[in-house]
Amino acid sequence: MKRFLERYGATDVVMFIVGGLIVALVIIGTFSTLFVTKRYDSRDWFNFVVYGVALGGIYAVIAIGYTLVYGILRMINFAHSEVFMSGPLTAYFLADYMGRSGFLDQNPVVGLLAVFILAMAVSTGVAILLERIAYRPLRFAPRLVPLITAIGASFFLQYFFRGLYGTNIKVYPELAVLKSSVQIGIFSIQNVQILVIVAAAVMMLGLQLFIQNTRTGKAMRAVAEDKQTAALMGVDVDRIIVITFALGGALAGAAGVLYGLMFKQVYFLMGFIPGIKAFTAAVLGGIGNVPGAMVGGLFLGIAESLGPNLFLDGLGIPAPYQLKDAIAFTLLVLILIFRPTGILGEALAEKKA
Amino acid sequence: MNTPLEKTQVRAADVLRSGLNFGLIGGVVALSIALQGMLQAFNVRDIVSGIITTSEVLLLITFFGTAYFAVSRSGSAHPLLVIVTGIWAGFIPSVFLVALIAVGGVIRLGDMFINAVPELYSLLTFNQGLVTGSVYLMIVAAVCGATAAVIDLLPGNLRRAIVLGLVAVFAFGLLQDLIRVTLSNWDALTPLVSFLYKSNGLSIEGAAAVFVLTAAFSFLRSTQGDRIQNQLRSLPPASRTTLRWTSIVLVILIFLLLPAFLGLYLTDVLDTVGLYLLMGLGLNIVVGFAGLLDLGYVAFYAIGAYTVGILTSPEHATGIIHNWWLALPFAVLAALFAGVILGIPVLKMRGDYLAIVTLGFGEIIRLLANSDFLKPWEGGAQGIQGIPLPDIGPIKFAQTQLSLPILGQFQFTPSQQFYYLFLAGCLLVIFITTRVKSSRIGRAWMAVREDEDVAQAMGINLVTTKLMAFGMGASFGGLSGAIFASKLQSVYPTSFSFLVSVYVLSLIIIGGMGSIPGVIVGALALVGLPELLREVGDYRYLFFGAALVLMMLVRPEGLIPEARRRLELEEFRAEEAKAEERKEPAVMQTMEQP
Repeated sequence: MKRFLERYGATDVVMFIVGGLIVALVIIGTFSTLFVTKRYDSRDWFNFVVYGVALGGIYAVIAIGYTLVYGILRMINFAHSEVFMSGPLTAYFLADYMGRSGFLDQNPVVGLLAVFILAMAVSTGVAILLERIAYRPLRFAPRLVPLITAIGASFFLQYFFRGLYGTNIKVYPELAVLKSSVQIGIFSIQNVQILVIVAAAVMMLGLQLFIQNTRTGKAMRAVAEDKQTAALMGVDVDRIIVITFALGGALAGAAGVLYGLMFKQVYFLMGFIPGIKAFTAAVLGGIGNVPGAMVGGLFLGIAESLGPNLFLDGLGIPAPYQLKDAIAFTLLVLILIFRPTGILGEALAEKKA
Repeated sequence: MNTPLEKTQVRAADVLRSGLNFGLIGGVVALSIALQGMLQAFNVRDIVSGIITTSEVLLLITFFGTAYFAVSRSGSAHPLLVIVTGIWAGFIPSVFLVALIAVGGVIRLGDMFINAVPELYSLLTFNQGLVTGSVYLMIVAAVCGATAAVIDLLPGNLRRAIVLGLVAVFAFGLLQDLIRVTLSNWDALTPLVSFLYKSNGLSIEGAAAVFVLTAAFSFLRSTQGDRIQNQLRSLPPASRTTLRWTSIVLVILIFLLLPAFLGLYLTDVLDTVGLYLLMGLGLNIVVGFAGLLDLGYVAFYAIGAYTVGILTSPEHATGIIHNWWLALPFAVLAALFAGVILGIPVLKMRGDYLAIVTLGFGEIIRLLANSDFLKPWEGGAQGIQGIPLPDIGPIKFAQTQLSLPILGQFQFTPSQQFYYLFLAGCLLVIFITTRVKSSRIGRAWMAVREDEDVAQAMGINLVTTKLMAFGMGASFGGLSGAIFASKLQSVYPTSFSFLVSVYVLSLIIIGGMGSIPGVIVGALALVGLPELLREVGDYRYLFFGAALVLMMLVRPEGLIPEARRRLELEEFRAEEAKAEERKEPAVMQTMEQP
């Protein structure tokens, strides 16, 4: 016992006990829901999982933006949630216009493509400007400085877009195509969810191919590994950083439109919660690691959609869906305490300074 | 070799190009100001009555600032070139605005940009009709640019005097409510008020007087200031101490009498400043001293408020203490305890991760407070009502008549009495913080802030040091929350959003991290000013965001920096300069190669 205490210290012991308690609660809750109360049937569980995968896909796509920037600059781009918000909020006006003129229902593919392109363009622009104005001059600054800048930029962007487009919640048009659902046996999946899952998968696959197979992708990996050496090898580091921000921005814009199609509502504060969730996803999978962000996103999405019903309900907590955000935050805290390198993480300890 | 003529031509082109760059930036800024609806929002009062409104000043400042930056960065010495640059750079932003007016005349921009309404266009064109007004706008912009260039050409002390005079006129116009209310408490000063102000702005004579006096003062200070300072320095030490003590006593006296002069509304503003100042001083320990970026500080504020609520509210079974003062220690202790508990898991985290995890904690506390899960204990979304006022025995917090010797009768309202509570709290916290700062633990915090590994190697126990910072910072937050709960006599979960954490963080960063005077100035500027200027409204967060970014880019040590932190940041600047030097030769080489 004494040697154990010497090795881990009192605070570690406290943490292990708290962690163990939380895991025990989850197990007890799950057990109670599945075998005692039995409130949900298999169709419900299927719906929860599909919803979780779709949500997780969106988180994963946003998380890639965090992870790419972190991999290269070792900073959390706190304003990424606003990059995510800016695109769909601007593209809403196009979607709304096309929705009211009936164009969107006649040519859903062309219409949606236009909305996606606009949203991605705006988000990319915001991300590039952010990098140029706020982050580039501070690349050598002490760590707190760029982080505070990012928080300031995040607030500025939120209220800037609030001033431009107003505070009211904007509702994306409902497409007839996306409203219907597909039947598979006794299960049914909404078309929106299929679109979200497929689009997220395509984007993630495309990004992975881009990073692994193109020259620019190779340069990005080199810069993430070691900026100075990459510069010596003839990589234009500034350009790669801009490309990284642009890629993250474009993906965030697309994820934002998916979010808008799935939840219908967009407004100036919409980025905050998904932003933190996506960051959690990035940390879960191991920050700086692109496949990790994908895994983390899916895991978080499913945990969030299953969690309240699976274990909070079983513990007899009233209105458990109110605590779904708390699940994500708790997961974030736990993962940072017990496995800060994440599920697929590289050894972060050497790079923490 | 270039002939002199060619040289000036080349330089003229350069100058015009740099003017264009600044002009484009200024144009984007002007367009943003217009589309953000600031012109409409700020159109509520005149700076100089009947001559110029706040929104017009806002436009002029944009043109002027653009031209001024362009001129001072162009590095040209030729007066003609300078003036041309000024006119050119000031003119470009107006082109953006005219383009906006033109587009707005054709397309209904208001469908997308809610502020692009006819009112904006008429404000931009000074109500002169769209076409004539646009021409006016461009002329005004060019004149502004020329003025900026002329001011830049003046010798340093004269330039400073003029700029300071203009700023003073602007401030007197903007803060007219404050100044009027304060001055109108004395009958003897009524003529001064009516000389300075007319209907809803400064009178022309008043503006002129303010300008001349401030400019003269600034000019005199620049020429005579050193002499006076030397005189002060050459005073014998004994009389210097008396001077210092009299000024301290005077300041304390002014603070004690402030609510009597300021009246109800301004005292309320001061109460809010005090509330945030308490939190700012607490967070300053965590962020400023120990360098641990905490984004969930609102959690401790909430815990303090909720502890008082749960313990004192007669509506709850747990409301067993009916005296706020007896519940106060529990609130502070609960917050301190929470600070230590939340501190333990983040002991090993640094910078970014710490920020996110503390943010998560803050959100978890708010979500729990808002949920039905804990509703039986703390009321859920309905909150807690019926929290008692902080009465001390016979001294009740209620409307009272007070007769002071010399000063006469005063009506005291609860918010004026709360002022003293906040004052006492702030003084206590300031005293503790200043004492702790230079103590052993304070120096340990700063060592941890500067380099954790080295600090540990020097024998500093990281666990206790960090937990002390978290606990102490949290306890001040709890104190603030306890007073807040009593002031509102109720607690609602909506009061504890992430915005509060960012608000407090902004005020300590803009004031100067780790510097106690900085935190005070930050609280006055960031909390007091927006409360006084009702037209600022929700733009405050836009300004905070911009201020945080600008501050980090231009002056990361804050308005009133702490000495040691400034040294740290200067080190970074030196490194940056070195990096720039290293870069330049490389660029030269690539240019020479072909």
